[in-house]
Amino acid sequence: MQLELSPEDAAFRDEMRTFFTTEIPQEIRDTVAERRELTKEQIVESQRLMNQHGLAVPHWPVEWGGQDWSQLRRHIWHEEMQRAAVPPPLAFNASMVGPVIATFGSQELKERFLPATANLDIWWSQGFSEPDAGSDLASLRTTAVRDGDEFVVNGQKTWTTLGQYGDWIFCLVRTDPEAKKQRGISFLLIDMTSPGVTVRPIELIDGGHEVNEVWFEDVRVPADQLVGELNHGWDYAKFLLGNERVGVAPVGATKRVLAAAKQYAGEQLADPLTAARFAELENELLALELTALRVAANSSDGKPHPASSVLKLKGTELQQAVSELVVDLAGPDSLASGAGEDSAIPWWSRRATPAYLNLRKASIYGGSNEIQRQIIAKTILGL
Amino acid sequence: MDFTYDEEQQALREAVRGLVGKAYSDFENRRRAVAEDPGFDEQLWGRLAEMGILGLPFREEDGGSGAGPVEVAIVAEELGRVIAPEPYLASVVLAGGMVAAAGTAEQRAEVLGALSAGECVLGWAHAEPGASGAARWSATAAAVTASGSGTEWTLSGVKEPVVAGARADRLVVSAALPDGGTGLFLVDPAGPSVTRAGYPTHDGGRAARVGLDEAPAVPLGEPGADLTATIAVVLDIGRVMACAEALGAMDVALASTTDYLRNRKQFGVPLSTFQALTFRAADMYVSLELARSVTTWATMVVAAGRPEQVADAAARAALQTSRAGRHLGQEAIQLHGGIGMTAEYAVGSYTSRLTALDHLLGDGDHHLRRLASTVGEHGEVDPLP
Repeated sequence: MQLELSPEDAAFRDEMRTFFTTEIPQEIRDTVAERRELTKEQIVESQRLMNQHGLAVPHWPVEWGGQDWSQLRRHIWHEEMQRAAVPPPLAFNASMVGPVIATFGSQELKERFLPATANLDIWWSQGFSEPDAGSDLASLRTTAVRDGDEFVVNGQKTWTTLGQYGDWIFCLVRTDPEAKKQRGISFLLIDMTSPGVTVRPIELIDGGHEVNEVWFEDVRVPADQLVGELNHGWDYAKFLLGNERVGVAPVGATKRVLAAAKQYAGEQLADPLTAARFAELENELLALELTALRVAANSSDGKPHPASSVLKLKGTELQQAVSELVVDLAGPDSLASGAGEDSAIPWWSRRATPAYLNLRKASIYGGSNEIQRQIIAKTILGL
Repeated sequence: MDFTYDEEQQALREAVRGLVGKAYSDFENRRRAVAEDPGFDEQLWGRLAEMGILGLPFREEDGGSGAGPVEVAIVAEELGRVIAPEPYLASVVLAGGMVAAAGTAEQRAEVLGALSAGECVLGWAHAEPGASGAARWSATAAAVTASGSGTEWTLSGVKEPVVAGARADRLVVSAALPDGGTGLFLVDPAGPSVTRAGYPTHDGGRAARVGLDEAPAVPLGEPGADLTATIAVVLDIGRVMACAEALGAMDVALASTTDYLRNRKQFGVPLSTFQALTFRAADMYVSLELARSVTTWATMVVAAGRPEQVADAAARAALQTSRAGRHLGQEAIQLHGGIGMTAEYAVGSYTSRLTALDHLLGDGDHHLRRLASTVGEHGEVDPLP
C-alpha cells in the first residue's frame, strides 16, 4: 500500500495542472467556473488546444492520437481538467463514437473520421434514445432499409444533446424488423445536412436549449457509413456505454463548486447547520474521490471495474446535492434567475437554480441511477 | 498510490482469517464464547499471541513484532468479519498503544512483552460515566483524579464502561493531574482500593465499572507530565482500527443479506426478484465501498506517520463508517425480516457490534462536529499529500 503518487505520476499531475491552467483561455475556464453556457466556439477551441498537445483523446489507440497511459494517469488527467474548470473533450466525439470507430470500424472509416473527430472538425451528436426507448434502448424503432448502395432511414430520436451544433449523428437503427429486440440493430453514421433530417429544440426546465428531437424522413445514407457488421450495433452500443471507467463521477468539478460555495456562503458558514452540510458533503466527496482512485489504480486489465456504477450513482447524487446547497445559500436571491447584469444580486445566486434544475438530469442520463442500482445488484451482488 | 496489499499482507490476512474463522465462522461457537465470562476464547487469545498478532503494533525491543498500522487494520478487519469477541481493539490497540506511546523503555518491555505473549490482558480505563458534550470521547480525564508526586501516586474516582475491565490483568487508566492536564497510569486491578463490577454489553462483549479509592498507581512515562496529546493520537489510531473492524462486519452483514435475498422464497419466488429489495442491497454496497475507501486511506495516513494529518483522517473515516455502519446494520436486519431479530441468527449481532463500535470512540455526529468547525479553513479536501 502506498499513499503517495509515484514521483513520475506526481510530475505528470503537475504537468497537467500547468497545461490546463495556462494553455486554455481564462475566459473559457471562467465560463465553466461560473456555470454559464459555453458557446460552440469555446468548446471547439478548448478541444483543439488539447488535441494539439495530444490531450484530447488519450484513451484512443496510440496510432489515432491516443496515449498509452495507465488508468491512474487518465484519472489524473481528467481530475486536473475539471479542477481547472476546463470543458472536457466533447463526450460524443471523444468517449462515444471515436472509440467505437477505432475498435469496430473499417480502415477507411477510421481514416475518414478519427482525425476529424479528435480535433472536433466534426461535431458528433448521439442518436440512441427514442420517445419509447430510453433506458430500455433495445425497444428503438427508427428503421434503416437497404436500397442499393444506401440505407433509407425513417424515425425519430430524442434527447439529442447539443444536436443544434451537430454535423454528424451516430445512430442506432433497426435493420432487421423480424429479429428480436437487440439482434436487429445496426450502428450508422449519418450526415446531419442530409435531406430529410430535421432538428427541433426541446425546452428544458432550466430555460436552456440543450437537447433536441431529431427526425429522419426518407434520409438516404451511403451503406459504407455502417460501422462494423450489420445487425451487430447492439454490441457496439454496449461497448460504448460500458467502456467508460474514468470520469463517470465528476469529482473534480463537484469539489470545485463546493469550494466556490464556501466563498458564496461568507458569513453563513458560521451557522453550525450550514457548516455541517459542507463538512458532510466534503467527506462524501473525499470518499468518492478515493473510490475513483481505487478503481483507477486497480483496473489495469482494461476491463470495466464493476464499482464504476458506484461512481456514477454517488457521483451524480453529490453533484446534485452540492447544487442544492448553492440554491439554499442563495435563498430568495435565487429567484433572480432572469435578472440581467445590472442586477444587484450576485451572479452565482442568479445561476443557482437553473444549475440545480439542469443537474436533475445527471441521475437520469448515461444509464439512470436506477439502472446503476440494478447493475450493482446483478453483477456485483449476484441478485 | 496503491490500495492493494502486498504478498506478506495477504498472507497475514489469510492466516488470521484461517485462525479466527476456524474459531467463529460457526456462529454457534461465538454464541458459546460470549455466553460465559470472560466473554471470549482464552485459547484463541493464546493462539493469536503465538502468531505474533497481539504484539503486531509494538517494536521488537518491546516484545512485539514491529508491524505497521496496515497490518493491524488487516487483523481488525478479520476480527470484524466474525465479530470476534476478543478485546483486541481495547487491549492491544488502545491500552497497548498508550503504553507504547507513553511508557518508559522499562515499562514498555515489561507490559508490552507480557501483552504480546498473551500473558496479560490490558484494560483501557478512560471513559467516564455520564460524560456529555465535549467531555464525551475527549482525550482528557475529569472524574478520575490523580494525586501524588515522584513515583508515589494514587487514583480516585470511577471509570465506566471499561471494556474487558473485569478480566484485565492490568489497567491503563487516564486521570486528571493535580496541576492540570491528563496523565496515564498503570493500575493493578487486584490491588487494594480497586473495585470492579463486570457485566455483559449488548454486543456480546464485557465491560466493567472500575472504582478507584486512593488506589496505588504507577505513572506511565515521566510522572506528572500532561499526556493529553499522546492520548489523542492513540485514540485517533484506535478510531481508524475500529473502522477497519467495522468494515469486516459490514462486509459480512451485506453478504449475509444478499445470500438471504437469493435463497429465501416469499409468494413463491426468491426475494431477489423484488426490485425494491435488490435496490436497497445495492445502496448498502455503495455505503460499504465508500467507507472502505476512506478507511483504507486513513490507515495509509496513519502509516505515513504525519500526526497532524492523523486526527483529520481519523475523523473522516469515523464519520463515513458511522453513517455506513448504521445504514448497513439497519438494512441488514430489515431485509432479513423477523429472523434478523433473533439472537440465534448472526446478522443481528453484526448490527449490535457495529453499534458498539460506532459509540466506543466517537459517533458520526461527534466527528462531523469536529470537521464542521474547521470547514472554513480550507478550500478543497485533497486526499493526496
